[in-house]
Amino acid sequence: MQDKVKNVKDDVNKKVKTKRKKWHRDDTELTLLALPTLIWYLLFSFLPMFGVLIAFKRYQIFPGKSFLYNLIHSEWVGFDNFQYLIKSNSLFVLLRNTIGYNLVFILLGIVISVSLAIMISLIYSKRKSKAYQTAMFFPHFLSWVVVSYFVFSFLSYDKGILNSILEAFGKEPIQWYMEAKYWPLILLFMNLWKTVGYSTVVYLASITGIDPSLYEAAVVDGASKWEQVKSITLPSLKPIVIMMFILNAGRIFYSDFGLFYQVTRGVPASLYDVASTIDTYVYNALLTSPIGMTSAATVFQSVACCITILLANWIVKKIDDDYAII
Amino acid sequence: MNKIKKKKELNQIKKPTNILFNLVFIIISLICIIPFVFVFIISISSEASIAQNGYQFIPTELSTSAYEFLWNEKEVIVNAFGISALVTIAGTLLGVILTTALGYVLSRPQYKLKGFFTWVVFIPMIFNGGMVASYVVNANILNLKNTIWALILPLLVSSFNVVICKTFFKTTVPDSIIESAKIDGASQLNIFGKIVIPISKPVFATIGLFLTFAFWNDWFQSSLYITNSRLTSLQALLNNIQKNIEYLANNPSAGLSIQQYVNSMPTEGVRMAIAVVIVLPIACAYPFFQKYFVTGLTIGAVKG
Repeated sequence: MQDKVKNVKDDVNKKVKTKRKKWHRDDTELTLLALPTLIWYLLFSFLPMFGVLIAFKRYQIFPGKSFLYNLIHSEWVGFDNFQYLIKSNSLFVLLRNTIGYNLVFILLGIVISVSLAIMISLIYSKRKSKAYQTAMFFPHFLSWVVVSYFVFSFLSYDKGILNSILEAFGKEPIQWYMEAKYWPLILLFMNLWKTVGYSTVVYLASITGIDPSLYEAAVVDGASKWEQVKSITLPSLKPIVIMMFILNAGRIFYSDFGLFYQVTRGVPASLYDVASTIDTYVYNALLTSPIGMTSAATVFQSVACCITILLANWIVKKIDDDYAII
Repeated sequence: MNKIKKKKELNQIKKPTNILFNLVFIIISLICIIPFVFVFIISISSEASIAQNGYQFIPTELSTSAYEFLWNEKEVIVNAFGISALVTIAGTLLGVILTTALGYVLSRPQYKLKGFFTWVVFIPMIFNGGMVASYVVNANILNLKNTIWALILPLLVSSFNVVICKTFFKTTVPDSIIESAKIDGASQLNIFGKIVIPISKPVFATIGLFLTFAFWNDWFQSSLYITNSRLTSLQALLNNIQKNIEYLANNPSAGLSIQQYVNSMPTEGVRMAIAVVIVLPIACAYPFFQKYFVTGLTIGAVKG
């Protein structure tokens, strides 16, 4: 019976589809509905895409003229801005930091969140588990500006609690915001602090969606809890882990600007080597340096990211078509 | 029945493991919450006790002077709070309308321009003009500098949110309802407003909450486009205080003596109090909305 209904439905759909080759009143109405958002996309998403032209020009300001006039009448310089960027030596440090931190963040983030999600799903008390999730989710909702104040209360030289503890043990206080060697760890810790709770809850949502009969069958076969995790839970998490991985890999040339800029209190010179990324460089240069070179940095970033996300997706597609996101 | 129950118990982790796991999560939970508690304690410590002993979990002396200071500076704080609230409310409303409208249009299987709009949404997901180009467009072409729109417009739509909406409408709104409404002569705008919106509350809540937190927490747009103090939001206020301190610390010759510098800055307690004012509404509200953030991402994960 149900099949019949479905067949009839399909037929109707087909008929409607074949009937509707011409433009319909419906199409006009839907276009009108989508128009405001289309305008937004044109202004705030596609117009900036043409802004990448700045990177290939020696941007000049002609007094009293509009920006577009300036852009059109500036001289084409090809890849000069990019060469200048490469020669400036900063590119190596920026790239190393941006990609290096991202790789560690992505890998550790996935490993820790997945482990925590599995652990939290095994806890007896569901009420306790809910309470832990709520507490761990909290940092996700804070801005980095606020978090930088949290961090300052721990790391301040003369008042911070860490130095108080050091002094209590008879050790010398540390100028945290001056000592580069501690910062890779601090930045890693803060990144995990802010993101792990959220991804744990997301992975947990996938775990609770797993068919319980799988586990029951495993028990009948005499599988231990560890074996069940290994051969049921982890494989079930694969799609979402891969999706999170592609999404994050696609942003590997972008850094979490707030983390690097706010938590370090504006990337002081002493921390430049360990905490400057492409984004902090661009932000600092935006209002001071010639616009062409800064723009070259962001164009490089956009293109590199576009390639990475397509590449990551292509690789995943090669391995298993179902897991690709595009 | 009894047997199943027994099996389930058998399938649980061992008691010591359970205790260990609980312990791990108690520690992690504390790490997540304590910094906020600490900042709150600092904000109610007296200046004298901060000056003498630094920041402490158990201050030697309590004081409400930081909050009294904020109260006396009502104009600045209330104005900043107002800007934050205005941006959050206006941005969320506009953003939800724009996002869901396009999401709905994309979910209509027979729409002629569906392919075109799919590309419009997809291309920004993998390529963008970059920060400099956006800045130049917003500041020089659209002239948004020092207007409230600079805080609202650039953040309104994200392709990710549009895809969530599209997937949601596609999977939960039955075609038959829409077809029958059309036969009754309803326009698409009517269908969207009177039929789709009332039955799609979860996705509106999800997108709305994503946007609410994004707007409330935004300081980046302010730091790029806003110099007018009338348009400073709470986050920007906190960010500006921070920047001024950095500036004076890095430029000791900026024309102020150390004493003037210390006097010109809000005290530590006051700065922490502003942070508390920002976080408190979030801390009270988010436990109720948490679930929408998870459903949002799980819907987004479904290939549409």
